[in-house]
Amino acid sequence: HSQSFTLTIDYTGTEPSSPCNKCLNVSWDSTPPCTCTINFTLEHAFESNVFMYYGLSNFYQNHRRYVKSRDDSQLNGDNSSLLNPSKECEPYRTNEDKPIAPCGAIANSMFNDTLELYRIDNDTRTPITLIKKGIAWWTDKNVKFRNPTGDGNNLTALFQGTTKPVNWPKPVYMLDSEPDNNGFINEDFIVWMRTAALPTFRKLYRLIERKNNFQPTLQAGKYSLDIAYNYPVHSFDGRKRMILSTISWMGGKNPFLGIAYITVGSICFFLGVVLLFIHHKYGNRNTSADIPN
Amino acid sequence: MGFLICLKHIYPGYFLSVVVIRVLSFQSSVFAFRAKFRCLAHGIIWLSASISVISSYPISFEMKYTFWNFVPKNLFEQFRRIANFYFLIIFLVQLIIDTPTSPVTSGLPLLFVITVTAIKQGYEDWLRHKADNAINHCPVHFIQHGKLVRKQSQKLRVGDIVMVKENETFPCDLIFLSSSRGDGTCFVTTTGLDGESSQKTYYAVQDTKAFHNEQEIDALHATIECEQPQPDLYKPLGSENLLLRGATLKNTEKIFGVAIYTGMETKMALNYQSKSQKRSAVEKSMNVFLVVYLGILVSKAVINTVLKYAWQSDPFRDEPWYNQKTEPEKKRNLFLQAFTDFLAFMVLFNYIIPVSMYVTVEMQKFLGSYFLAWDEEMFDEGTGEGPLVNTSDLNEELGQIEYVFTDKTGTLTENNMEFVECCIEGHVYIPHVICNVSSLMSLTHGPQNREELFFRALCLCHTVQVKDDDSVDGLEKDEVPRKPCVYISSSPDEVALVEGIQRLGYTFLRLKENYMEILNRENNIEKFELLEVFSFDSVRRRMSVIVRSPTGDIFLFCKGADSSIFPRVKEGKIDQVRSRVQRNAVEGLRTLCVAYKKLSAEEYSDVQELLQGAKLALQERDKKLAEVYEQIETDFILLGATAVEDRLQEKAADTIEALQKAGIKVWVLTGDKMETAAATCYACKLFRRNTQILELTTKKIEEQSLHDVLFDLNKTVIRQNGSLTRDTFSGLSADTQDYGLIIDGAALSLIMKPRYDGSSGNYREIFLNICRNCTAVLCCRMAPLQKAQIVKLIKLSKERPITLAIGDGANDVSMILEAHVGIGVIGKEGRQAARNSDYAIPKFKHLKKMLLVHGHFYYIRISELVQYFFYKNVCFIFPQFLYQFFCGFSQQTLYDTAYLTLYNISFTSLPILLYSLMEQHVSPETLKREPSLDVAKNALLRWHAFVYWTFLGVFDAVVFFFGAYFLLNNTVVTSNGQIFGNWTFGTVVFTVLVFTVTFKLAIDTHYWTWINHFVIWGSLVFYIVFSLLWGGITWPFLNYQRMYYVFMQMLSSGPAWLGIILLITVSLLPDVLKKVLCRELWPTATERIQVNNLFHCEVRHFLYYKCLIT
Repeated sequence: HSQSFTLTIDYTGTEPSSPCNKCLNVSWDSTPPCTCTINFTLEHAFESNVFMYYGLSNFYQNHRRYVKSRDDSQLNGDNSSLLNPSKECEPYRTNEDKPIAPCGAIANSMFNDTLELYRIDNDTRTPITLIKKGIAWWTDKNVKFRNPTGDGNNLTALFQGTTKPVNWPKPVYMLDSEPDNNGFINEDFIVWMRTAALPTFRKLYRLIERKNNFQPTLQAGKYSLDIAYNYPVHSFDGRKRMILSTISWMGGKNPFLGIAYITVGSICFFLGVVLLFIHHKYGNRNTSADIPN
Repeated sequence: MGFLICLKHIYPGYFLSVVVIRVLSFQSSVFAFRAKFRCLAHGIIWLSASISVISSYPISFEMKYTFWNFVPKNLFEQFRRIANFYFLIIFLVQLIIDTPTSPVTSGLPLLFVITVTAIKQGYEDWLRHKADNAINHCPVHFIQHGKLVRKQSQKLRVGDIVMVKENETFPCDLIFLSSSRGDGTCFVTTTGLDGESSQKTYYAVQDTKAFHNEQEIDALHATIECEQPQPDLYKPLGSENLLLRGATLKNTEKIFGVAIYTGMETKMALNYQSKSQKRSAVEKSMNVFLVVYLGILVSKAVINTVLKYAWQSDPFRDEPWYNQKTEPEKKRNLFLQAFTDFLAFMVLFNYIIPVSMYVTVEMQKFLGSYFLAWDEEMFDEGTGEGPLVNTSDLNEELGQIEYVFTDKTGTLTENNMEFVECCIEGHVYIPHVICNVSSLMSLTHGPQNREELFFRALCLCHTVQVKDDDSVDGLEKDEVPRKPCVYISSSPDEVALVEGIQRLGYTFLRLKENYMEILNRENNIEKFELLEVFSFDSVRRRMSVIVRSPTGDIFLFCKGADSSIFPRVKEGKIDQVRSRVQRNAVEGLRTLCVAYKKLSAEEYSDVQELLQGAKLALQERDKKLAEVYEQIETDFILLGATAVEDRLQEKAADTIEALQKAGIKVWVLTGDKMETAAATCYACKLFRRNTQILELTTKKIEEQSLHDVLFDLNKTVIRQNGSLTRDTFSGLSADTQDYGLIIDGAALSLIMKPRYDGSSGNYREIFLNICRNCTAVLCCRMAPLQKAQIVKLIKLSKERPITLAIGDGANDVSMILEAHVGIGVIGKEGRQAARNSDYAIPKFKHLKKMLLVHGHFYYIRISELVQYFFYKNVCFIFPQFLYQFFCGFSQQTLYDTAYLTLYNISFTSLPILLYSLMEQHVSPETLKREPSLDVAKNALLRWHAFVYWTFLGVFDAVVFFFGAYFLLNNTVVTSNGQIFGNWTFGTVVFTVLVFTVTFKLAIDTHYWTWINHFVIWGSLVFYIVFSLLWGGITWPFLNYQRMYYVFMQMLSSGPAWLGIILLITVSLLPDVLKKVLCRELWPTATERIQVNNLFHCEVRHFLYYKCLIT
């Protein structure tokens, strides 16, 4: 059961036939959000824990101007940085003379589609529980990212004097209802803030835990994906995907390592044989010729 | 205060600068200004010296810096070096414009380099300061207003009159005015200047030698006319009244002198800085590579800038909604923006030319030279001296030598002269260890008169001094005991002659108040008044004295090389003597001929007049003196000849054989005559029995024309050459003919002489062609300058071979300075050669190990160092270049700042430094036994090697980058489903990089010591520990925490481990493959030796175990 399965659904909606085509030119602040639903079928059951990712393409999270546009001390809860963010955040540093929290291009462009998964069984839609905690690095959640500190635990009061990033519909202290997943320590936010290495990337969105030993996490069958389509990618030729994947101890499905090891192994073996042959043919001649006595 | 020193401007070009100096000097001293007017009123005393220009700042500053100007001046000096300046520019660009890396990444290494160099230079300067303070503050006795005043030597001004006491060192260059000795002489040793321990006699200026006390001296008014400054210390100064700073007064109570030349302008100080800068072939190729990489760097930046703007032409790429520009960025001019981008790319890729390479090379050379200096095998028990390294810049050049030019006397031979025999009028006298004088007397009944004259001539015609104790002076007129005196001279030949003559019954006792005292066979002291000495020089090749015998007769005795004596002889048994001289020369003995002439009183006064005229000449004094000598030294009566043996140095033959086996051509350059030199060459196996000797000598040229001789010889060797190419593949078989060429100075100058018909180059080419085809060349009858000329001729011939000159005497200095590498033998003829050389060794035999072992190693090491440094930085930077294609050409760095900064200065610096210090690819014994040729002609730094290393670097970089790309692109590599970001990507690449380049070095290392293990594995451990620490906590002083836990997260991923191992393997594979294949199919000489050693080792082990079993 260590086999990894992966299912990818592109919901960008560039094709006219796609249910999400109507949302293609959505803007940031469209209310109510454009929603669309994509139905799909799982051929195999996903036995173990399932990881739900969203993937973006042609999105340059590794552009230098973008990578540096953040203030780590602000994100670490430093009060002075909260009100006076780093210059690196420009042009997302202040809005209407108020400091932006969290500042910078990365935070400003946080992914804000909502994905929901339903199992369709005889036309009944059963929502599948998506767990939103445990998707960020533990150290990020507990050490690197911290909410500002002050009197009381009221986040609204702690973020007093700051304003929300321009593109966000809500301020940072309203990202989640649970206090330990709100503000800077919201895990969706933390995941987004870890900039990807390459322009095509995926980020962990939700976990689907296996409930018991008798049932696979996701049975084979029909499912539907409900999307609140907020995040525009069409303007820069980007694509959006939803990925479901199971994971072994070696991580997700990655054919590269296997192929590379087999190839390199064969090459080494082949070369070994060739060299042995050469050594027998030429090697003796070289050594025996020069040996005195 | 009566001296004005004014200048006779000999070269019109100097006039302006001279005037300025005068103004300064007069401003600095009111007394001097006054003196000018007084001087005009008084008569002028001409001082017969050719002295240097006046100096306005007489303080003996030798250091470069003061406490205050150290920082600015040192920085200025350092940034004048191109490399440092380049790094400074990069640093400034980083400061001024918005660049991908923080200024720290290049600022820190640059600061490190600059600091290390500044500390080194500062320390050296501090030592100089200390030494200078000691000199500047040491007390000097001045005469001021007729009184003796004690002052610090830094107060010394040009024109001051100074008193120096016995055993004191002269504080500046002085004109010798008067002495406490009645005869106006003083004795001086120049040990501090050139290491010669003999005492030299100096003479006070005739006009002033009568001034004996302070008042008299102070009343003196005079003008001294000076020549331009010359650092030439060894060329006989021609001035016996110029006392040089650094020399010490001996056997004289006190002297007075006028300071003409102080501080930095003394001959001693001028000689400190006279070393010319020599650069090694490796350094030259390093600079070429540098330019290539600079080209690569610029083209990379240009390519990326162009691609960036092509890519950005779509506005959604340039400025997508999620990544807007700031207002100033939007407004910026496109071209300015493009230029800024170009600079930013330059900064991003600038590590391809590493700052640290220069530090490492410097350290490698500096530390590496200790391996030479510490070599116990090169330590000479006899003298208690080891090798000296005067410059470490040329270490690797020692392994590149193609031509060795060696002096004969003192270098190939011991220079331990032994008087063997003398021949008087054809009768041979051999002094045995215990010489029975009476038997000798009875044996020979030659003309008594001539024999006695001969012995007296040898006793008188020399410049030997007796190392006298004060007790000898105390004995005065008492009978001097017949004990062997200890003689000192700059020429060991003279000592050998005087000692030899002592065994034949005539003892030179001493030179006292211009009288030479000799003890004759009847134990009577004879006193000869010494009238004139025409000292020896290498052009005349003879010396003469004029003495007045006790009976009042005036004799001129002359001693010199046969070639310079015979043409001047008008009577005597020339033929017998000549045949004896030739016989002795063939046996390798050094011969001198002795002749005399009697002068009448009139003749002597003529001579005196001529000499005086020449001595007072201000221009070309040496030339005029030589003309006078030429005129006087004629019409001799030949007395006889002497023969002195100079034994070969131990293992000289073995060394020459080994050098020739290593493909090095050995040339002997000597001033000796052809027969003697040829005999030595046979003795030291430079010529063998079967070597066919080609002669290109004056005698030959007299018979045929130079043209014919040259063409004949050329034909001979070319015929040989043709047959050689036919069986090149069979190697040097025994039946191929060896050629040895003998050429003399006169023939050489004919060849070298520029001819106006335009065919001069032709002769040189033919000569060079002949030389190329000869295994050994002997140049005899060479003047010092000709030696240098020969070296230069070969050095500039079309193959540009690397040359080495080795010698021990002052006459070798010019060739030592001319050759690529100059080696001094710490010899008996003083230390001039050792001082001017790049390296000094105690014995000639040490040359073998120095070239074949040390030089070879140095070369292997530094070439690997240079190539490896470029390789590891290609590996380092090329992934960054590739990354630009995936990050929108935005100059995003792949690695974290800490990694960028520390890669070259800590993670990968020590292993290569250690390698470049310790590596021995084969054992030193093997190298000595089988001098390998693999490294000749800069083989390891040729283009193909350079291209190979660069491509290896590019290949590895591609493997690193795309390996990580396929490993991490859009996949999950953790077991908890979490995702890695761009910094993890960079860290994977960087980890593979550090391990690969370190393993690559480990593969190349043949000689493993515990310290290699420590440094190589230690570097990797340090990298891991550092990364754990760096990512382990959030660093409060950083404004970003991007590396937080990145390394640990990477380590927690299984695929990352597997990927890293795979990528390291793949990166190393081609190099391993290439090594194995080349070794099997086309092994080089070195590799064959390595395999053999291994094989022998295995056989030994096998036999050993077999023995154990049975």
